[in-house]
Order: sequence, then structure tokens, then C-alpha cells
Amino acid sequence: MATFEYAPAPESRSAVTLRASYGLFVNGEFVDGRGTPFTTTDPATEEVLAEVAEADERDVDDAVKAARRAHTRVWSRMSGSERGKYLFRIARLVQERAREIAVLETLDNGKPIKEARDVDVPTAAAHFFYYAGWADKLEHAGLGTSPASLGVAGQVIPWNFPFLMLAWKVAPALAAGNTVVLKPAETTPLTALLFAEICQQADLPPGVVNIVTGAGATGHAVVAHDDVDKVAFTGSTEVGKAIARSVAGTGKKVTLELGGKAANIVYDDAPVDQAVEGIVDGIFFNQGHVCCAGSRLLVQESVAEEVLERLKRRMATLRVGDPLDKNTDVGAINSPEQLGRIQELVGVGEAEGAERWSVPCELPAKGSWFAPTLFTGVSQAHRIAREEIFGPVLSVLTFRTPQEAVAKANNTPYGLSAGVWSDKGSRILWTAARLRAGVVWSNTFNKFDPASPFGGYQESGYGREGGRHGLAPYLKGSER
Amino acid sequence: MTPTAPLHDATASDAALRRFLHGLPGVDQVGAEQRAAGLGTRSIKAAAKAYAVDLAISMVDLTTLEGSDTRGKVRALSAKAQRPDPLDPTCPATAAVCVYPDMVPHAVDALGDSGVHVASVATAFPSGRAALDVKLADTRDAVEAGADEIDMVIDRGAFLSGRYLDVHDEIVAVKEACALPDGRSAHLKVILETGELQTYDNVRRASWLAMMAGAHFIKTSTGKVQPAATLPVTLVMLEAVRDYRIATGQQVGVKPAGGIRTTKDAIKHLVMVHEVAGPDWLDPDWFRFGASSLLDDLLMQRTKLTTGRYSGPDYVTMD
Repeated sequence: MATFEYAPAPESRSAVTLRASYGLFVNGEFVDGRGTPFTTTDPATEEVLAEVAEADERDVDDAVKAARRAHTRVWSRMSGSERGKYLFRIARLVQERAREIAVLETLDNGKPIKEARDVDVPTAAAHFFYYAGWADKLEHAGLGTSPASLGVAGQVIPWNFPFLMLAWKVAPALAAGNTVVLKPAETTPLTALLFAEICQQADLPPGVVNIVTGAGATGHAVVAHDDVDKVAFTGSTEVGKAIARSVAGTGKKVTLELGGKAANIVYDDAPVDQAVEGIVDGIFFNQGHVCCAGSRLLVQESVAEEVLERLKRRMATLRVGDPLDKNTDVGAINSPEQLGRIQELVGVGEAEGAERWSVPCELPAKGSWFAPTLFTGVSQAHRIAREEIFGPVLSVLTFRTPQEAVAKANNTPYGLSAGVWSDKGSRILWTAARLRAGVVWSNTFNKFDPASPFGGYQESGYGREGGRHGLAPYLKGSER
Repeated sequence: MTPTAPLHDATASDAALRRFLHGLPGVDQVGAEQRAAGLGTRSIKAAAKAYAVDLAISMVDLTTLEGSDTRGKVRALSAKAQRPDPLDPTCPATAAVCVYPDMVPHAVDALGDSGVHVASVATAFPSGRAALDVKLADTRDAVEAGADEIDMVIDRGAFLSGRYLDVHDEIVAVKEACALPDGRSAHLKVILETGELQTYDNVRRASWLAMMAGAHFIKTSTGKVQPAATLPVTLVMLEAVRDYRIATGQQVGVKPAGGIRTTKDAIKHLVMVHEVAGPDWLDPDWFRFGASSLLDDLLMQRTKLTTGRYSGPDYVTMD
């Protein structure tokens, strides 16, 4: 061996037993769907993993009815401490089955096992633990003296963090005493169905959690169902707007976590090597399939050249390939459709005259792949600086003064997250106070904690998830 | 950030040197530690592990720095350095044997022309608390006795009190004392004693200071102060040598020393060398491990890779 080439270190698939077909999870049991079954594939290999049932309106209606019964008869009457016990049990089971969940997530989603194993699953377990602790303390959450559950929550989650988003949605809903009808994304339904098994294993009363699989029509049926009291959605701004329209005037409570085009501001006095790491983490984590990804790098002109040099050198060390290899940094694009969208927008960037640089790496022949890419010479007028690409593509812009940095950072219809890099505390605080974004990370990026609320401004949606704030949308009399 | 002016301007005065060193980009502690931890999770298997184990063996400065060192101890260590695994001639020799100056003649004698270098700690190791002429005499003594590598300690007191130029000039003086009559020079490894410098900002500044003064290697620790070599400290030093080569074209080596005992630790360091400084540093000329017990674990792991069995300490020579 002439150089230090890492031999393949694949995680074993044997942790997971894939079934040929999966049904819906309604009222504590797996049942057939009445829609047309569809398949879910491994985006890294194009291998068909399983056939999954499609829930039509009748199936969704069954699920909502089951959830309503469970809410009225069991879950809302149960004491908080009793509900907490179930949630703690689920949290422990998630930890016990962590490897299985991580491998399945990697197979179905295409993300590196490293991230599923070290980030997604532990953070999901942490959310269940965190909200389990709130279940018997709701009256102390500062949301009124005797907060009450809303009823049935219809939840629709995306394909980028299938299991983590499930935890974000299900944990606070159950802690607050609601029951749930959840629809996972059609390209990544498998870990949600594994979660259904965990609910069975935890002896969760039937109907408290129901999982209906399918595509947009199924999601629409969940959101539009008359007997749903609360809608929670994470996904694209376009679908979010449609949901907002469909529930307008119905009295349903809604939280929407939508797209983003986050600014990652690097000042000239930033700890430069760590800033480069943060830029890489901000945009190439999870192949850039992150709504709060730092997809717009705003770097101070005086250091732009040097930061870019370092960034390119660092990007060249990213290992792109088999998601199940423990040394893989960047995995597969989740679907051919998403790959097509990324390619389209990258084409637009080139056509608009921005300069493209992609990591010279060999991509696997099969599956959906995109090499980590950055664009320089981008201005606010470029489409790639305005539209969410949702892929491993970074747009680099420059600024000269802090005022300009803030103005450019805020010059977006979105406002989910932002990053600030500087060694000067006062400058960080000055900047953070002026950024219109739900989360501002300083000298770090993409850090999540169940105790910390998360949510957006403007077209990034409304409502907060996580923390004490994440309980409010699931409780009555909790407007403040 | 990257110096545009020639670096010798930076050492024109104490004030200029301070401005230069404090103008280097800062190191964010949390970020640096997170990056080091992330690299530590690389999974190195099969052929890559065999390569890493042999490379690590060839990078070891087999070290004994005890008050109780004797001629016999040094001769035994020298024998082991040349033939780490007596039963397997394919096992590489270590890079060097590292001893106190008075033990150098014994090491030179025992190593002969084996190609294993003789390294010696000088300059009032490990504290460095002596007058400059004593340190220089210590260095000349070791070089004259045949050491071709000198591990010096910097004056941490001067560094921490901001007298950077004093530290710089002392390194320059010691480097001059490393000169050999034939015009060559013993290789100078400059020990920063990072456990006493405390902050990563200090580690980065001391690294640049040592390189600007002409160090061939920068080394983390004496092994006598805790914490000694840690992954984040090595990370910061690897970033420094990488940046220094980009700025000046000169390559400087890195030597973590103290506390690296297992193959796993050594491989984590090699992964870091590979991914931070680059493959050019994956060579005993540019990266060393200062260690005494690491070699035994490397040998046991090496045997396990070839035989499939983990033999245990009785199957490794104990010197």
C-alpha cells in the first residue's frame, strides 16, 4: 500500500430483518392498506427493500378514529406520570435497538451510518427521554395552570431525518396527552414502521400511535381529516403553504417547519480551521438534506480567498460512497427525483455565471450520487443564493462589513437558522441579535438538543419544536 | 492570516513577533476537540491496519528517560529498536532510540550503522530551567557523543510571560549547537510541553515560533507533564505544519510524545496526519511517536494480524 487507503469497514446488515411487505399500523396492529402498495428502495444501490402499503382516505379515517378512541378512553385520562413511564420505556427501547434503527435508516435513506448511529438515533432517544420527563410536569411548564391535551395530532414528516423527525413529533405530542396519526415520507417509511414495533414492545395502548404510509395524497388525507385537532408538518415550503391553506379557518392548530437557506457568516477574525469544519458540517452533513443547512456561506472579503482555499482542501478529504461503510462522510442522495432537482439548480448556477467547483471523487456507478460542490462568485441575485437546493451544494458570497453581513443574511424569504464565526464575543452577540432566524449557532453548526426550541421565521414556517416551547402547540390554553 | 510579508520581518523585534503570533487565527477549543474526536472514530481494518501498524513501528522513537537508566538498559533498548520482533525479519525497525545525553555513547555503540537514529534530550530536559550556556553545553555534549537528533525543551516561563523573542533566539542558538564539524546538523526537535502551555492558541503560537526559529520537528511533550500528547493538541500542531509549508515551502515534522500506549491511539494519530496535514507526513522523516510502551502493543497487534491470535505480553521482548 503506497498511501493510507482505508480498507472497507462496512456495518453489518444482519442487525436488520427486512420483511417483504409492510402494512399500516392502526390501533396497535399492522393492517393492510386499501391503496396501491409501493416499494421503497436503497438510494445507494437501487435495491428494492420492501413493499409498503398505501393508506387511502378510508385507512386514514380508521387511524384517526383509533386515535380518537385512544385519546378519549385511555391516553388523556391517564396520569402524566403514567404516560411518562411509557415514554421512558420507548426511549430505552430506542437505545436498545439503536443499531437496528441506524442500519435500517441508512439502508432506506442513504445517509452515512456514522451519522445515523452517532447523531440521529441518540438524539431521537434523547427527545423521548426529555419529553418523558415533562409528562407529569405539564402544569409547571409555564403554559397555564392546568394545561389539557388537544386530541388527535396529524403529523407528516420528511425523508431527510425519518426517525429523528418522528421523535420530534411523537414525543411532545404523547407527553402532552395527545394521540397521533403519523405519515412518514414515501421514500423512507421503514424506520417509522420499526417504531410501530417498538410501540407494541412497549405495550403502548392501541391507537395512541398510528402510522399510515403513502405519498402526498395520504398526507393530505391526514391533514384534511375533520377529526384531527392539530397538524404538524416538516417538509417543503410549497407543501407547507398548501397545508396552511387547507387548514385555514378549521380551528386546527398548526406548526410548520419548512425550508431554509441559512447564512453561515465567517468574520475575518474567525478561528479559521474550526470555521472550515463548521462550513463543511453545515452544508455536507446528511448530503445537505437539512432544512437548516448553512447553504449560503457569507465570508468577509479580506479572508475569502484563504477560507476558500482551506475549504476546498478540506472538502477533498470527504469520503463519498457506501453509506454503510463506517468511514463514509457523505452518502447517497435520497431519490432520483431529488438528484434531478439538485442537478437542475446546479445547472442554473452555471448558466447564471457562478463558478462551480466539485470535489474530484469517484462516485458509485449505481444509485443517486452528487459530489460535494461549491459555487463562488455568487451574488444575492443568483437563484442558487435564493432557492433551497437541499443537496451538497454551497453558495459562497462575500461581504465587507458586519452591517452588510447581517443585511445579506436576512435578505431571504426564509429564516430557520444561521451561523456566526468570530473570536470576538461582542461581535457574535451583535450579529446574532440582528439575524432573523429561529436558531443562531456561533462558532459551531447543526447542534441539536431536546431542550432547545427549533423553528422558523417567514417561509421557514411557524411554531417551535423541542424544549418547553415544543409542548405549547400540543396543549390547550397555552397560547403565551 | 497566512503571512504575506517574509517571516524574518516577524522576528525583527519582540513587538513584531508578538504582533505576528497574535495575528495567527485563533483556535476554537470546542471545535478542535470535536474534529479530533470525529477523526478518532475512523474504522481502520485489514490491509489498512497492517499498513498503519508497520508505519507506526517505523515512526517510534523508542525512549527511556529515567534517572535509573544504565548502559545495559540502553543496549537492550537499542537491540529491540533494530529487531522489534526477533522472530519476524519483516518487522520494520523503529526510527530512533531516545536517551539522556550521557547515555548517547552506549546507544551509538549498540546501534552501529543499523540506520536507527540516536536521539537525545538536551537543554536541561525536562524543565529547561538552566542558563543558556549550560543548555548549549548539554546540547553540544550530546551531539559530540554521536546523537543525530536533539530533542530540546522551550523555556515555557519565557513563553508564558510573553518573551517570545527570547524563546525564539534560544531555539536558534540550540540549533547552531547542533552543527556537526562536517557541515551537517543534528535534527532539532523542539518540545513545546503543551500541557504547560494550556491553551490551543498557545500551542499554535508556540508551533509557529519553533518553526520560524528553524525546528526540524515540533514535539508535544516531555512525557513528564500531564496532560502530554492529546489528539486535539496534535491536531493543532498538524494544522500548523501544514500552514507553515503553504506559507514558506518548508516542511516540518511533528512528534506527539507521552501517553500514547496503544495501537488504537497510534492509528488515531495516523488518521489525523493523513487527513489534516496530508499523506506527505506519513513517513518517519516527518512524523514520530515518542513512546516506550507503545511498541509492545503494536507488536502484539502485528502478530494478531498475521496469525489471527492475540498472544499476550509474554510473547513480546520486554526491554
